[in-house]
Order: sequence, then C-alpha cells, then structure tokens
Amino acid sequence: MPANRERERVDTAPKISDEVKETTCYMCACRCGVRVHLRNGHIRYLEGNPRHPVNRGVLCAKGSAGIMQHNSPARLRKPLRRVGARGEGRFEEIEWEEAIALAVEWLGAIRRSDPKKLAFFTGRDQSQALTGWWASQFGTPNHAAHGGFCSVNMAAAGIYTIGGSFWEFGEPDWERTRLLLMFGVAEDHDSNPIKIGLSKLKANGAKFVSVNPVRTGYSAIADEWIGIRPGTDGLFVLALVHELLRAGSVDAEFLIRYTNAPWLVIRDEGGPEDGLIARDGDGAPLCWDLRSEELSSALAPDISPALSGSYRLPDGRSGTPAFELLVRRYQQPEFAPDAVAGTTGVPAATIRRIAAEVAAAAFQETVTIEQPWTDWAGRRHERMTGRPVAMHAMRGISAHSNGFHTCRAIHLLQMLLGTVDVPGGFRYKPPFPKPAPPPLKPAGKPGEIVPGAPMPGPPLGFPSGPADLLVNEDGSPVRIDKAFSWEAPLAAHGMLHMVPANAWRGDPYPIDTLFIYMANMSWNSAMNTAETMHMLTDRDDAGGYRIPHIICADAYASEMVAYSDLVLPDTTYLERWDCISLLDRPISSADGAADAIRHPVVQPDRDVRPFQDVLIDIGARLGLPGLVRDDGSPRYPGGYPDYLVNHQRVPGIGSLAGWRGVDGTMEGTGDPNPEQLERYVEAGSFWQQPLAPEMRFFKHANRDYLKHAVAMGWIGSPDQIILQLYSEPMQRFRLAARGHGQVLPPAELRERIDRYFDPLPIWYQPFHEAATDGDAYPLHALTQRPMAMYHSWGSMNAWLRQIHPSNRLYIGRRRAEALGIEDDSWVDIVSPHGRVRARVKLMEGVNEDTVWTWNAIGKRAGAWALSDDAPESREGFLLNHLIPERLPPQPDGHRHANADPVTGQAAWYDLRVRLKPATDGATASAPRFDPLPRPPGLAAPSSVLRFGAGFRPRRPERAAR
Amino acid sequence: MTSLPRDPGPKKLGLVIDLDTCVGCHACAVSCKEWNTGGVAAPLTDLDPYGADPVGVWFNRVHAYEAGDGMGGRTVHFPRSCLHCDEPACVSVCPTGASYKREEDGIVLVDEDLCIGCKLCSWACPYGAREYDRDAGVMKKCTLCIDRIYNENLPEPERVPACVTACPTSARHFGDLGDPDSPISRLVAERGGRDLMPELGYRPVNKYLPPRPTRGGTDPAEGGADPLRPEPESDGGRFLRWLDATLSR
Amino acid sequence: MQPAYSVIFFPSASGMGYGLLILLGVLAPAEMIPDNRAFGLVSLGFALGAVTFGLVSSMWHLGHPERVLLAYTQWRSSWLSREGVLATVTYAPAGLFAIGWIGFGEVVGFWGVCGLAAAVLAGFTVYSTGMIYASLRPIPAWCNRWVVPVYLSLALFTGALWLNAIRLLFGHPAADASLVVVATLLLSVSLKWAYWRYLDGARAGSTPETATGLGSIGKVRLLDPPRTQTTYVTQEMGYRVARRHAAKLRRYASVLLFALPFVLTLATVATHSWIAAGAAVAAALSGSVGVVIERWLFFAEAKHVVTLYHGA
Ligand SMILES: Nc1nc2c(c(=O)[nH]1)N[C@H]1C(S)=C(S)[C@@H](COP(=O)(O)OP(=O)(O)OC[C@H]3O[C@@H](n4cnc5c(=O)[nH]c(N)nc54)[C@H](O)[C@@H]3O)O[C@H]1N2
Ligand SMILES: Nc1nc2c(c(=O)[nH]1)N[C@H]1C(S)=C(S)[C@@H](COP(=O)(O)OP(=O)(O)OC[C@H]3O[C@@H](n4cnc5c(=O)[nH]c(N)nc54)[C@H](O)[C@@H]3O)O[C@H]1N2
Ligand code: SF4
Ligand code: SF4
Ligand code: SF4
Ligand code: SF4
Ligand code: SF4
Ligand SMILES: [Mo]
Repeated sequence: MPANRERERVDTAPKISDEVKETTCYMCACRCGVRVHLRNGHIRYLEGNPRHPVNRGVLCAKGSAGIMQHNSPARLRKPLRRVGARGEGRFEEIEWEEAIALAVEWLGAIRRSDPKKLAFFTGRDQSQALTGWWASQFGTPNHAAHGGFCSVNMAAAGIYTIGGSFWEFGEPDWERTRLLLMFGVAEDHDSNPIKIGLSKLKANGAKFVSVNPVRTGYSAIADEWIGIRPGTDGLFVLALVHELLRAGSVDAEFLIRYTNAPWLVIRDEGGPEDGLIARDGDGAPLCWDLRSEELSSALAPDISPALSGSYRLPDGRSGTPAFELLVRRYQQPEFAPDAVAGTTGVPAATIRRIAAEVAAAAFQETVTIEQPWTDWAGRRHERMTGRPVAMHAMRGISAHSNGFHTCRAIHLLQMLLGTVDVPGGFRYKPPFPKPAPPPLKPAGKPGEIVPGAPMPGPPLGFPSGPADLLVNEDGSPVRIDKAFSWEAPLAAHGMLHMVPANAWRGDPYPIDTLFIYMANMSWNSAMNTAETMHMLTDRDDAGGYRIPHIICADAYASEMVAYSDLVLPDTTYLERWDCISLLDRPISSADGAADAIRHPVVQPDRDVRPFQDVLIDIGARLGLPGLVRDDGSPRYPGGYPDYLVNHQRVPGIGSLAGWRGVDGTMEGTGDPNPEQLERYVEAGSFWQQPLAPEMRFFKHANRDYLKHAVAMGWIGSPDQIILQLYSEPMQRFRLAARGHGQVLPPAELRERIDRYFDPLPIWYQPFHEAATDGDAYPLHALTQRPMAMYHSWGSMNAWLRQIHPSNRLYIGRRRAEALGIEDDSWVDIVSPHGRVRARVKLMEGVNEDTVWTWNAIGKRAGAWALSDDAPESREGFLLNHLIPERLPPQPDGHRHANADPVTGQAAWYDLRVRLKPATDGATASAPRFDPLPRPPGLAAPSSVLRFGAGFRPRRPERAAR
Repeated sequence: MTSLPRDPGPKKLGLVIDLDTCVGCHACAVSCKEWNTGGVAAPLTDLDPYGADPVGVWFNRVHAYEAGDGMGGRTVHFPRSCLHCDEPACVSVCPTGASYKREEDGIVLVDEDLCIGCKLCSWACPYGAREYDRDAGVMKKCTLCIDRIYNENLPEPERVPACVTACPTSARHFGDLGDPDSPISRLVAERGGRDLMPELGYRPVNKYLPPRPTRGGTDPAEGGADPLRPEPESDGGRFLRWLDATLSR
Repeated sequence: MQPAYSVIFFPSASGMGYGLLILLGVLAPAEMIPDNRAFGLVSLGFALGAVTFGLVSSMWHLGHPERVLLAYTQWRSSWLSREGVLATVTYAPAGLFAIGWIGFGEVVGFWGVCGLAAAVLAGFTVYSTGMIYASLRPIPAWCNRWVVPVYLSLALFTGALWLNAIRLLFGHPAADASLVVVATLLLSVSLKWAYWRYLDGARAGSTPETATGLGSIGKVRLLDPPRTQTTYVTQEMGYRVARRHAAKLRRYASVLLFALPFVLTLATVATHSWIAAGAAVAAALSGSVGVVIERWLFFAEAKHVVTLYHGA
C-alpha cells in the first residue's frame, strides 16, 4: 500500500553547539568533568567528558540537571541586608560596595579586639584550602568545613590508622578485586566512580557484599545484602576478625612488613608509659628480632620481628608485640559470631560464611601483576601480589558515635588480610598515604590567638597527644565548637554542627559574627533544627541578638538566607573559577594524582560575585598579612584566579599542581606560571599525572612512590609509612585520663577519655541509643542520600524536584503490620526529643528494627523560590528535628555533644524513635513553619517551563500532500 | 503511515537494560530530558515547575520494585521508556498518521505537525511510554535519540542515545536487535533477556536482562567458600607462636 | 482510566443520537411511526443534534482541534479514524432523509432508502466507537466481546427512550413503540450485566510480575514510583474508583438507566396522554443521566495495565 502522505522529514543531524567548553561539574562534590555545549551563548546541553578521569563520560542525574540549577528562579541576584527581624526573611537590596564595607566593619572590629569572636564555617564548598588559610590569616581558630558533621570518623580513623581513608581519598581496586565488602554506603562522594566500579566488578564476576540496614541503590545490586542492625558494624567486623584469628587466616608477612603489629607495647600497669610503644634512644619503635634474638629497631629491614611473646626492655619493663594484644582481645568469646548475632541481627552462620569467603578470596585467589617494584628498604620485588578483598565504608559507619572505632576495626580487618594498597584491595589515591597521623597540628593554642595578628598555622590538624589539644589552662576548649578539646580530641574537621548551639549558649564563650559559606545551618545541616532556628534569632536581656551578626554567602534562596543579616550572593558553578586542589579534596585516582578547576563558561546575568573573590577582597581590605603587599595594596587584585596562580603555600607549592614553573613545564612544585589557568582550560579543566606502573601499589612502602611523593610535596620524608594496628596517640590520651603527663583532662571527662581512647578498636552501643529507653523507642531511624538529589539544594531544580518532590518514612512490612500501620498512612515519628509527622511507605528490604527516609527532601515553605504549598514542605519532612545536638545530661549535669567521643563526628544515625499512627485525618507533614517570603529581586517563577524550545531544529518543509 | 510498515527492514534499533546493574540513579531519565528538551521533540514542557504539582514531560522514568517477600527478596530498579514495539498498537490506533514506525530502523515516532492530541495512542501503549505535552497539545515520546544516533556532528562513538552515554553503571545498551549477531543481541541471548508483558503481543524490541541470582549460599561454585577450619594451634599463645614462623620484614 | 468529560459526553450523546437515527431510519420507511413533518423535524433534529453535540464535545479534549480533518486519513487502520469517517458520511443520507421527510413529507422510496442507509451507517459508527475501546489490549475492561454489543444496544435503547418521549409529546401513543423500548432495555440490561459479571470475574492476564519480568523471583511490589507526585500517565491512566464506590455507582446507573425508565415506560402504556408524555420524557431523561453514569463508570472502572508499573 503506498504511503498516503509523505512521511515527516526528521532532522537526524542537527547542529548541537557553536562551542563546547570543558569544566567541572558541581552539582555535587564528586567533581566529574563536563562538556558544556553552547548555542547562541546559551547552554544547550551538558554531558560527561569522556576523557575525564573521574567520570569517563558518564553523568549522573544531578549533573544532567545542571542547566536547571543554573537557571533556577531561586538564584540570588544582589547583596541583601536584613530589614525585618532575623528569621523573618525581610531584606533590602544593597550595592556590593556597601555589603563589603559592612562585612569589613564587623570583622575589622573583631580582629582588633578578639579574633576568635569570628566563627567562619563552610559547608559544601571546595575552597577549604583558601578559607582555612584565610581564617588563620585573620587569626581565628574558629574555622572548619562540614567534615565534622559529615565523615570525620572515616577521615580520622583512616588517617590515624593507615594514613589514608575511605571517603573519597581511597578506592577499591575495582579491576582486580574478587570480593568487595561495602559498609553503609548509599551514594557517597565518589558517586560516579563507585557506580562505574560496581559495574566493572560485577562484569568481572567478583562478589559484592553490601552491609546496610536498607536494601536500595548499591545494596540492591549486591550479590549479597546483609541487613545489619544500625550501629553494630563494629561488632560484626570484629567477629570476622575473631573468625580469621581462630582459623589462623591472617597475612603475617603483611603485618610484619607494613604494620606496627610487631612493635613492642610497654606493659607497665599504672606507669606513665604503660601502653605506649617502646622506643630506642632515637625514638625508633622496638621489636624483638627472632633471628638475632634481641631487641631491634622495628624500622630496620631484614629482621624477623616477633608477633608474640613478652620481652624485657632495657629499662627492665616488659614489652609485648602489639599483635599479641590484638589477638588476645579479639579471641575473647564476646567477639564470637554466636555472641554478636543477636546484637547485630546477622546470623552467626552468615558471619562465619563471610569470614570464610573473605579468607578464601584473600588467600586462595591472590592476584599478581607482573610488575617489579622496589620497597622502602631498596629491595626489589619481582611482582606485585595482592589479596583481592576490598572494602569501602562511609556514613553508615561514620554517622554513629562509635564510628571512629568501627572504622578502625574495618581498617584492622584490611590489615590482617594484607589488603591495603595491594592489587585487588583498598588503594590510596595520591597525595595519600600520609604518615599516620600526619605531622600537622592545629593552630590556635591560647597564646596563638592575638588581636590583629594571624595564627601561626592552619586551624585544623591531627593531634598526636594531649599536648596538641587546643585547650586552656583549666582544660576548657579554645574553639567555639570545642574541637580539639577533651570533648573531641581528634576533631580533625571541626564540629560545625555545634556552632550555633555553643554560640547561643555562650559556651565556651559568646561570639560576635557567624560567617557561613555554603551551609544550610538553619535547616538540613543542623541537628535539632527548630531549636537551632530559635538560637539564631534569640535575643539577650539587652535586646540584642545572642549571636550579634550572621553573614552568609549563598547562591540561592535557601532556608539559611532568612537567618542572615548580610547575604553575599554567589555565582553558580558555571559562572566562576573554582579549584579542586591537592591541598584540599582532589580528584586523584589510585593510579595517579589529579586536580581540576572550574572556569566561567557563561557570565552572570545578575549582580552577584564569586564568593572567593569577595573573601579575598574582604581580606585585603582588612589588611590580612597574606592578602596584602607590604605597601598595603591587595596582593591578589585579580581575585581568585589571581590567587590560584600566584599564591604559594610554601615556595613552589600552590593551589594547582599542573603546569607549574614560569614556562609551565613542572608538575607538583614549581614557580607560579602566569598562564597556568589557560593551560588547564585547554586541557579540559583538569590535570592528571599517571603514576609510573612500579609506583601504583604498596605506596606506603614503595620507594619510588615515596620519593615521588616527596618531590611533589605531598609528604615530608620518603620514610616507610607504617600502618597503625595499635594506635599510640590514642593511648597517650588514655594515659592523660589516668593522670599522667602535663595536659590532663578535667576530672569529669577522665573516665570517658579512658574508656574511648582504647588503642585497639572497641565496640560500644552508640550513645544516644544507649541513653534512650529501647522499649519505648524501639526503632532506629536513618536517612539515606537520594542519588538524584543533593542535600537541600536540588529542590529548586525544576527537573530534579520532579523525581523527589516529597519523602516518605520507609518501614518493613511486617513491622508495620504489627504496629497497625497501613501503607501510605500518616504517622507521628516520636523521639525523646520531638515529634515529626510523615507518611509511611511499606517495604521488604529493610532491617526489621529500622525506619528510614531520603535525606533533606523536606523543605521550609517559601524557601528555594518554591510556592508555599509545594510538596517539599506540604508532605516532605526533615528527620533532623528529632535529633538533639546534645546528649541527655550526665549525672553532674554536663551534656556532651551528640557525637563520637574521639572525633566529635555528629551522630546523626544514633536516633531511636517510635511510631504512632496519626488518628486525626492528617494530610500534611509536621512541624510546619511560617512560609519564608521570597527575597527581593527574585521574580515569581513561571508556571510553564519550555526550556529548549529555542533549540529545536527547524523542521524541513514538508512536501505538499 | 499509521498502518505499520508493510516491509519492515531487518534493522530493529532498540535498548537493552540490565536490571542486574541498574542502581536506580535516574541519570538516564534526566539526561534524556536534557537532551530531548532541546532536540527534535523540543521542548519537554514542565508545568507548574516550582509549584504545588509540577508535571513535566519525560521520556524515561525509573521505578523501583521489590520482588519476593522480606529480607530474602530483591530490590530491582527499573527504567521504563518506549520499547519501540514490533506490533505497536500506539501506531495503528492513531487516527491522523502522526504516530508511525519507521521501516528503516523500527523507531516509533510522532509527527507533531499531524498530531491532534487525541491521546488515544497513550491509551494503546501498555508501557506508559507516551507523554502528552499539554502545553503544546501534542503527544511526545522517546525518539531513541534519533537526532543523536545518526548525527554526523557527533563523533562516531557518541552516536548513541543520551541515556546510554550517561548511565554510570553501563546498564543500558543500544544496538540492532534485528541482527541476531549484533553484540546487543548476543547479550540478550546470553543473559536471557526478557520482553515485558509478552502476553499483550506488542513484541517489544527493547529487552530487559533479569537480575542475576544472589550469592548468599555456601556453595563454593556460587562464590561461597568452605567454612574456615579452626587452626588447631589457634588457642591463645600457641597460635601466636605458630604465626611466628621467622618471616622477615 | 481518567473519565474526561468529553469522552463521557461524546459516546453518551452521540450514542443516543445514533440510536434514535437508526430507529427513525428503519421505522419511518417501514411506516411504523408517524410521518408528520413536525415530528420528523423534532425527532431527526434531536437525533442529529445529539450526534453533532457528541462529535463536537469529543473535540474538546483534542490538543489541536483545528487539525481534526487529519483524523479522516487513517481509516485503513484506526477505529477512531473510521468512526470519524463514518460519522461524517452518515450525515449525507441522514441529511437527505431529513430533506425528504421534513421538506417533502416523504419517508419511503428514495427517501426511505436514504433513511435506511443513514441507519446502517449510524450502526457502523456506533460499532466503530465500540471498537475503539474494544481494540485496546492494555485495557482488559474494554478489550472484550461485551463492549461493542453494549455500545450498540445502549445506543438503540437510549434512542428508543427519546423516540418514545418525542412521540408521546406529539400525542402518538403506541404500544409497539414502548415495546421497542422494553425490548432494547432488556437487551441492554442483560448485556450490561453480563459485562459487569465478566469484569468481576476476569482474571488479570497481566500482572506486576509479567509487567516487570521479575515474577521468577517472587511477588512484585512497587517500592518507589519514578516520582512521588503524579505524572501524565498516572493522571490519565491511573484513575480508579474504589470497589465500594463502583458497586454503589453501578446501582445508581442501573436504577437510572434501567429500572426507572422501565417503570416509567410501563406507565406510559397505562396512563393519559399528557401524563404518559411526562413519564416518557422522565424515562428518557433518567436514561440519559443513567447512561452518563454508566459511561463514567466504564472509564473509571477500567484499569490500564500501565498501572501495574505504578503499584496497582
Ligand atoms: N546524590 C547525592 N550524593 C551525595 C550527597 C547527596 O546529598 N546526594 N551528599 C554527599 C555527602 S555530603 C556525603 S557525606 C556523602 C555520603 O554518602 P553515603 O555514605 O552514601 O551517605 P548516606 O546516604 O548517609 O548513606 C549511609 C548509608 O548507610 C546506611 N546505614 C546507616 N546506618 C548504618 C549502620 O549502622 N551500618 C551500616 N552498615 N549501614 C548503615 C544507610 O542505610 C545508608 O545506606 O554523599 C555525598 N554524595
Ligand atoms: N538528618 C540528616 N542530616 C544531615 C545528614 C544526614 O545524613 N542526615 N548529612 C549531613 C551531612 S554529611 C552534610 S555534608 C550536611 C550537608 O548540609 P549542608 O552543608 O547544609 O548542605 P546543603 O543543603 O547542600 O546546603 C548548602 C548551602 O549551600 C548553598 N549553595 C549551593 N550552591 C552554592 C554555590 O555555588 N555557592 C554558594 N555560596 N552557596 C551555594 C545552598 O543554597 C545551601 O544553602 O547535611 C548533614 N545533615
Ligand atoms: S556525580 Fe553527578 S553531580 Fe556529582 S559531580 Fe558528577 S555528574 Fe556532577
Ligand atoms: S512502548 Fe508503547 S509507545 Fe512505544 S512502541 Fe510500544 S506501544 Fe508504542
Ligand atoms: S495523540 Fe497524536 S499521535 Fe496520539 S493517536 Fe492522537 S493524533 Fe495520533
Ligand atoms: S533513547 Fe533517547 S529518547 Fe529514548 S529514553 Fe533514551 S535518551 Fe530518552
Ligand atoms: S542511568 Fe543506568 S543505573 Fe541509573 S537508573 Fe538509568 S539504567 Fe539505572
Ligand atoms: Mo557530608
């Protein structure tokens, strides 16, 4: 039959773009490479950059929705000054000159009197190298980024144990591993690399085990899912250790060569050095050499160190290899599978089987790469042999108050199996590994905070004993967040979650200005959100705000904007320079270092400025030493790009490692290159330096790698980095708790320090859970990252918000039925701290004692330029209201932060709740707050979005019919 | 045109979706939206985008299912778009000829200039693959990225649908399912690719690869392992001494 | 399925109109109804008016009503197109029939053939309408052998109700006309009940398991829809009435569509002419409301298989 009309002629090859610019995505912290296609100056399409080391061409949902972020009606348009009461959200637009002058006025007064009255905290930003340096130039110790509420447990446990960490600083050997154990990961920062890796791993037929109370996302594609009870992974892992020890399935050679397992631990009960490492006169750790039958420096090559026994030290005390202490501890029946099955909810048989599978993969399926390499002692090895068991863990471990120890337990398991930076195992990404811990101490001791002067060092670092703490004479904290105090000695990332509460309470002291950059502190990054809003707006007896000034630098009409006196509107990520630096959170992979930039691919259409430019400008106007020349003129008049190119941390080392040296031929170190940024832009906005094949594994003990790392400025010396099964710094704190040393904890904290500063991993019930009546609040309540939404900032995105416009509370079907809760019905979620109303969704794949929801979907009405009746606020809810920022009072009335006792990591996931069906015909979530007004200058969003209509290819004329 | 092609060519372009690796990230759905909202079917209009009930046109949507009861079941993420059926009633019901199936490659398209917006084709599609653009008054659907796969302005390897390039887990495959020897057809054969609702007789071109069985058993063949045998020397110090076979550092 | 007004009114009104047209086209040439021109004007006018109203209302929901002529092109494959063509073609003999009857007072001979032709075409039009639904495999409630007969019989029955009413208004009582009503009513009742019985007993051919292909693992349940709020597909295809409501609505429909007209029609036989006329009009009105409810239910009770993807 002839066609009755000519078929349409589809233009199958329309022109896509006039121009393609390559930059770095910032719809999340994964930092994938993107190609931005522009037509007539407008963004037509974003796609993954196939050449980019992070994402190799793929792009996630958020990344693909970048255009809608860039065009969001919630974008701020001009600096704002508060005119109403704080929290009301009433503002007037002001000029930039005025805005900067105001900030300089407030900050200048602080700096002249008491610099620590500035609390400068940053959230999801990637400019911590700049902001931290700026804070120390200002002279305040009160600076940190979001790590304290995020995953410092992972960072600290990793860095103190193996000199590197999970998070985004290491990765499984996706190509070669035969068994991957993943603990508590829903999405993570390595969003795309993990997904690319998982598919590779599955294609290779390796086994993927996901330990997670919830079976969604990655856990859904796991070959085996272990629906563990929240907060009990430490026990589960130590039971695996128990099993491996029972069977003798440990890699003794790895332990001897690469860990401190043979180091002798001083046994001198009650003595001032009990539990420390026995050292020789040069400070080198001692071990017992079985060959020479005498004590030896444990750092010497070619010795045969004992892993067990008890040896007389020169001073007469006795020393025992750390490994023996470890074995004795984990051989205890309390770690037997049968003993932990009840608590963890994992059947003993499963634990035994996983132990057997782990051992089988590690010891029977070794992988070998025919690649000679040279170890730290100069010995050549013909090949690289590894035990192909890899592990990865994140916030399911981290966000519990026992997370530091749990994470250490996982690293311990890795070491026992000999699977750290070996083929098939966990791999460091340069610039890691670093010494465990790195020799960098936090600045801000009482004498180091001087009006009008910078601090002698960065505000964050790694204490290795009580002497490094930032405490006053009486043991009280120096910092507003109490990081590096006895409350949280290893708080390597600060404790942003405690800042509003501490500042409000004036505990340890009142501050003047809270300066927040890219953190939504009045909403989803606050615990106890409703109270936090109160704290930010509360007044003292004199009628002034208890936190006198709040400045925020935000790009969008977030909930935080309403709580600010001065709003500095930022650009979007496609409109500015950014830097993803090796000094900060680089984009390296295990096979090589890499860093990246963002550059403006389009110009802003509103009166906004990149925050980094503004910060540098403010710093110069304040006359901060590093920011002005000797004549007082700005050192970086070109703003952030000028700083990126010309600032040197130490001579030769700057923000970017690529194309250094005046002619751009140097890498890692070298003089500033005036054309450095041009080189980056040409190269696709990233620089990478593949490691030579002989450097790719055993980095902690690989001579060529270590030398390379020194040359690149990543580490100070090419010494072997010895993995710390047994943590001596922990023991130093413990000894202080027992009364030894110069810097002692206040009496009320001694027991706590003694208990939690165990040099070997321990497990204990998470604090908030332990403080809650388990019968009255029988359920664990968790959140998970949705893959298609980034914290609070995706809801203003027209596309992403269509995927997650509201959230439900998920609960196991059987549990719900037992509670008389029907699918889709409304319930009150009650914690000892508060009540939230939500709609439930029944599911199968969830631990029976657990309920959960997607994180940060619930929004405050009116925020983010959404209508007041948007589902995000009408039906969405925020679990944070139920999570207190402090634990219930101790007997002496003292209240600890709801945090890990070692690192201060916020314990979001220790929450316990009960559910009560809502009987009043509820149809909306609660609590609800007054809608926030739209900031001035923001137009009402349109009711129809026809994005892309203008790009539609012209239809060829149809032949006449 | 509404009549199905009389002599369909041998070529049947389509997608194969691997439910074993799909993690439900929605990347394919959003990249589809992004590409197509500026492509031949532009725009993929969004109504009330910042309001109480945002509803936009999407060609690809990702569901999540649970199969089986309790802890023993599976969670399966499930992207759903047009399957470019061999017997697409969506085409034959169309009164205007706007819906058609191309004989050269089997792609099912809507000619928007002919569409009267009667929605009947969306009723006829069992898979919910057609989305009506209320603003434009016409039906829209997955084009199999016809403006990418033949687009000479793109380098050869990039001539695949947007959803396929974006997918971070490589769970989406594109190719000629009419050719039994194409890599994609072989993949379907190897993994037992399935039709959705075969009972309706639409003979979808797109196939779904079922999730592989889990491996929780003790069978070593399935990746399980023999139970660990306790080291006879393993109690206390004797174990330690056993380890202390003089290994050197 | 979403019961949009236009898709409810169209088949109700046009069905009624075509039913009436069929009866007029058959009965008038057979001289079984009065041939007076005023009666012809009103009854044919009513029939063609209802048909036209139905056709126009079906265009309300089109995105591009101005392109409606394109819908005539695909009669080879599309029942919707065939319906459009037939509906339009029907106007020709129906118009001639009207000219003969109203203009010349003639209903036999050539004009009678026109009437018969109009009746046949009207029948095919209704048949096509039924087939639009009956050919949609994704909607088992429509794709079955009861749907077309129900469409046809309801068209005749509602047409007969109006024929009876108009006739009585014109003062032409006749038992055989009531008989047509009762006969078509009984036919419709039995077909509709059979349809409902079929619906209640039908075993789902498609299930979440066949829809996802995951049945080999176990029972399939929706965990997360592609978005928590609605989409075009869930709005259009996801509409369902609760079983409880459906039963109630079926009762209302049965009463209004069948029981009340039945009683009222019997009353027309037994009573005075003006009361009889009133009863007949009441029967027709009741039947018309009833058929709208029936049509509404026809949509609201129909479950599209795509809902299997959305947790149905
Ligand atoms: N799409 C998207 N990506 C993101 C983000 C985002 O908002 N959206 N945020 C970024 C940020 S800031 C972070 S910190 C990372 C976090 O990335 P993830 O670590 O993946 O963070 P969560 O979503 O908190 O996932 C925690 C997981 O742990 C599980 N879990 C909770 N408690 C336990 C437990 O006790 N044991 C075990 N084994 N599992 C447990 C939860 O079910 C959940 O699956 O993601 C980053 N990436
Ligand atoms: N219940 C619960 N709460 C949690 C968590 C959890 O798992 N459960 N996770 C915690 C964790 S790990 C994290 S990291 C936090 C994250 O919480 P936040 O750090 O508060 O992160 P966002 O919600 O992304 O908010 C960042 C702010 O940055 C702004 N912003 C976005 N882009 C730009 C830009 O380009 N420039 C500027 N200047 N501003 C911008 C946004 O508008 C927003 O106001 O949440 C924590 N809160
Ligand atoms: S994971 Fe997604 S949002 Fe994050 S950087 Fe990569 S593409 Fe962008
Ligand atoms: S999936 Fe639906 S729209 Fe696509 S060809 Fe098949 S029936 Fe038509
Ligand atoms: S909506 Fe358009 S494409 Fe669909 S059947 Fe009607 S005319 Fe054809
Ligand atoms: S093939 Fe193209 S149009 Fe179809 S779902 Fe994929 S991206 Fe969308
Ligand atoms: S992009 Fe790939 S992994 Fe993500 S939802 Fe789509 S098919 Fe699944
Ligand atoms: Mo985080």
